[in-house]
Amino acid sequence: MNVFEKLMKLDRRWVFLFLIIVCVFAYVVDFNVPIMVEPESQKIYDFIDNLEPGSIVLIAIDYDPNNMAELHPMTYAVVEHCWRKHVKVIFTALSQNGPGMADQAIRDISDSLMVDQTYNGVEFKGREIINGVDYCFLGYKPYYALVILGMGQNFRLPFPSDYYGSPLDSLPMMRGVSNYNDIDIVVDLSGGNITDAWISYGQSRFNFPLALGLTGVMTAQYYPYLGSGQVMGIMGGLLGAAQYEEMAENPGLAKDGMRVQLGAHVVIILFIIMGNIGLLIERRRHKKEGGI
Amino acid sequence: MKLKTVIFICLLLLATISVSAQEGAEIVPETDTTEQMPPPAPISLLTAVDTDNDNGHSVTLTWELSPDDRQGAKSVMSYEIFRWVPLMRDTVEQVRSELANTGQELEVGDPTGEIKEKRNRLRDEYEGLLSRYSDAYGQYPNNGVWKSVGVSPSGSTTFADKGSKEREAFDYLPDYCDFYYQVFAVTSDAGIRTGSEIFGPVHSYGQWFNTGRIPIFVAVLFFSFLTIYFVQRAKKGDDLYVRPLAGIEAVDDAIGRATEMGKPILYVLGLGTASDVATIASFTILGRVAKKVAEYQTALIVPTYDPIVMTVAQEVVKSAYIDAGRPDDFKEDTVHFVTQSQFAYVAAVNGTMLRELPATNIYMGKFFAESLLLAETGAVAGSIQIAGTDEIAQIPFFIVACDYTLIGEELYAASAYLGREPVLLGSLKAQDWAKAALVILGIAGLVAANLGWTDFTDLFHVIN
Amino acid sequence: MKRQIPFVLVFIFGAFMVFQYFIPHESSEWVYEFLLDWIIIIGIFALALGIWSLLRVSLDKIKNKKENYIYSYLILFGLFGEIIFGFTAFNGNGESWGFYLPFVACALLAIIMIIHTIISTGKKTTFAALAGVFILLSVLISIFDNSWSFHFSSAEGVQNPMFRSFFDHILIPVLSTMFALLAFFIASAAYRAFRARNLLATLLLVAALIVMMRFNPWVAVIYGDYGAKLSNWLMNVPNLAAQRAIVIGIGLGIVATALKIILGIERGYMGKG
Repeated sequence: MNVFEKLMKLDRRWVFLFLIIVCVFAYVVDFNVPIMVEPESQKIYDFIDNLEPGSIVLIAIDYDPNNMAELHPMTYAVVEHCWRKHVKVIFTALSQNGPGMADQAIRDISDSLMVDQTYNGVEFKGREIINGVDYCFLGYKPYYALVILGMGQNFRLPFPSDYYGSPLDSLPMMRGVSNYNDIDIVVDLSGGNITDAWISYGQSRFNFPLALGLTGVMTAQYYPYLGSGQVMGIMGGLLGAAQYEEMAENPGLAKDGMRVQLGAHVVIILFIIMGNIGLLIERRRHKKEGGI
Repeated sequence: MKLKTVIFICLLLLATISVSAQEGAEIVPETDTTEQMPPPAPISLLTAVDTDNDNGHSVTLTWELSPDDRQGAKSVMSYEIFRWVPLMRDTVEQVRSELANTGQELEVGDPTGEIKEKRNRLRDEYEGLLSRYSDAYGQYPNNGVWKSVGVSPSGSTTFADKGSKEREAFDYLPDYCDFYYQVFAVTSDAGIRTGSEIFGPVHSYGQWFNTGRIPIFVAVLFFSFLTIYFVQRAKKGDDLYVRPLAGIEAVDDAIGRATEMGKPILYVLGLGTASDVATIASFTILGRVAKKVAEYQTALIVPTYDPIVMTVAQEVVKSAYIDAGRPDDFKEDTVHFVTQSQFAYVAAVNGTMLRELPATNIYMGKFFAESLLLAETGAVAGSIQIAGTDEIAQIPFFIVACDYTLIGEELYAASAYLGREPVLLGSLKAQDWAKAALVILGIAGLVAANLGWTDFTDLFHVIN
Repeated sequence: MKRQIPFVLVFIFGAFMVFQYFIPHESSEWVYEFLLDWIIIIGIFALALGIWSLLRVSLDKIKNKKENYIYSYLILFGLFGEIIFGFTAFNGNGESWGFYLPFVACALLAIIMIIHTIISTGKKTTFAALAGVFILLSVLISIFDNSWSFHFSSAEGVQNPMFRSFFDHILIPVLSTMFALLAFFIASAAYRAFRARNLLATLLLVAALIVMMRFNPWVAVIYGDYGAKLSNWLMNVPNLAAQRAIVIGIGLGIVATALKIILGIERGYMGKG
């Protein structure tokens, strides 16, 4: 068996090994990954950036820990952007392990907002993020499609009280906020089919601006909705999160992760090219042998 | 020296006086302009009608723009819409708010039952008040006030006064009450505004047919007719040709292979719920597979993700064993629940694959990010793999890692193929005809849109 | 007759759901919402059945000492442990958790003893006696220890550090690892699938490389706007056209299947071939 035949029949474990070596290397070695911002992420950033202080954004944390590598950075970037701009946030978590994800994000981002920082040349004073004033976390309810429909009538129908057990009317920011009409945009960060429900049961029925943050695999599937205008912007995978961080001048988890993703990407492309070189040379050899 | 000082002081005084005079001169005209800002011209032709195609509780207002909106003095910045509400509304709101408070108090706890009693009393009172609402609205213009219900930006000529249908909501808008409306053209100074003529009475009420969805209704009727027509033809014995599907034909061979090898068959229903059509189609295929499995006396493993799916799948497999004449061979644990966590489910199924080394893995239903994890592990375990899903993003993964893949609608058609029953094949024929009709309509729409035949394209316009 | 009733119910509710879409009236909405509530109610009961099924499979493994049966204990520990953690919370009286950990240990041991009482063939009385002792101990601790308490109707349990630690330090890493495996499988699948075997496969390979390159930031910087435009065209025109064709087929398939089910033509989902 020559080298090309070997290349053609390479055991998958070699691919795995090479991939892990490159990923670890990219994680350990610090290098800069250039990020080109795309219009579909730019639209989301611009929309949130132009909101008045006191506006309300609904962020749906519809992913489980397995998607956190791609979607958690988006949550951090978008929520931090909102809170720096004094925009209030309503969180929902309609996937089963979503509440844990949202809870962790709220704790971490609240901590990071305690310090002064400068974004895009504007200095933001550190401040305390207060439950009920800056955000309201509605929590989890099963059967997401019904919950999304219910919230269209009144948030209090599916969620009479928030995740921590306080009645919604007792939270200052929820007074006078009854349904989607009272919020400015819904940002759905999702790793599964809850996005379909937000589009068909939420946006189509109640007509609010809907932005999506999706895992890389899902992104292509939702481009048609961008064209039809049902979705105003899409952040696709870790790259989408990195683009948001780039626009917000707030490098974080996504830009770090991009190094590893880039490494993996290069490995996959290299393997595809190698496999094809092997195939071409093998085919040529077979032709020659056939000719003889 | 003294003279110089006096002159200097005098000059300073003069300068101060002239500056204050100038300041005064600047202020006076400004004040004059504000005071002189004339009130804008009112809007005209105000009409209000019940909002069409809804469940009621909403009134749509239309008007002609004020002449000072974008033209004339251009001073109109917005339109504020007022509805006449009876004074009784304050009492209603007070009782409603107390009722809502008791609801929250109840959540905290009610050891003596006092709150519940109070809540019942308030609810009766509230219902009593609501039943008199219609009479109170009928008393216009006595015993009532004008209440702002919304603001529309300049340039807009419509506004929907949409309330809630929930009787206990703060924005509840009752149906069949006499509503009166007035629209004010408002300038940048909210105090300077002009009201329109009052319009009323108008009622809100729900409709029994959504005319905005007529195109969909027609399409449903057309398709239902096609299906029933072809099913009838099939029943009469017409020979309906359908192209063979390799994935379906492989199912029987795969079961045979498992029997020969003495290894089980793993059937995965995916992550869908029992109301997803893909899962329902999968139940049908599971039924056929289970029947064959029962006949050949091969083992079957069905790990499930959703408890309702588990219950239905158990019933399907049980019925299949009964139909095959082997009810005693059925074990309830054949179909079992694993977890509702996506990747924990994958871990469990992959574990089963590597431990039991099934001869055949069948994946039919809704799949998401786990598709490749399942299919690759199955390939490592050396199983024959047949997949089918309507999740477009996952189809490529299955194609790469499985031996046969049913793409999209082929999954729904599978049950018809497996049984080769004429009645089911009839519906496949109907689908083909509907597809042909869609292609023709698509081309016609393309031509019409390019030639500007809006009458034709409007026929297909759906209003939600 | 027993078989006919489900089909009649399917017909009535299925037909209602079709017509409900065209009837915006409040009464139709009321029935629709009423039916949706029933889905939740049935789902909750089915969840109990699901947990029962999981328990049975796990107990069966323990009873017959099947391969890797030790993991079934882990399942039971996860199931009951998280239920206990989720319903208990620190009271704030005093500084320590008092006898909370001994309570958890006793409660879990009591559950294991009950299970063994059910599944074991001999020594039933020993297990039952041990179960009684552990139950008694856990009841005594929960009565006399004031540093923590049960919360069944409110959400204090989610703040329990044990509950959170299990989520943050076990569930999150484990599930993330499972998802991370996808990267390896994609790499190996791409390596095997993207080969220029024939014309169509070559087209697929070229299109895939163009799209992949576009998402690679280094390459994107080099070929800039053109690469993005070409890749967007590939995604938005040929890819979208093919996707829409499949979606239309799926849409018709869904309507046809729904119709077959409502009219009782398709009965396979009830096990009737």
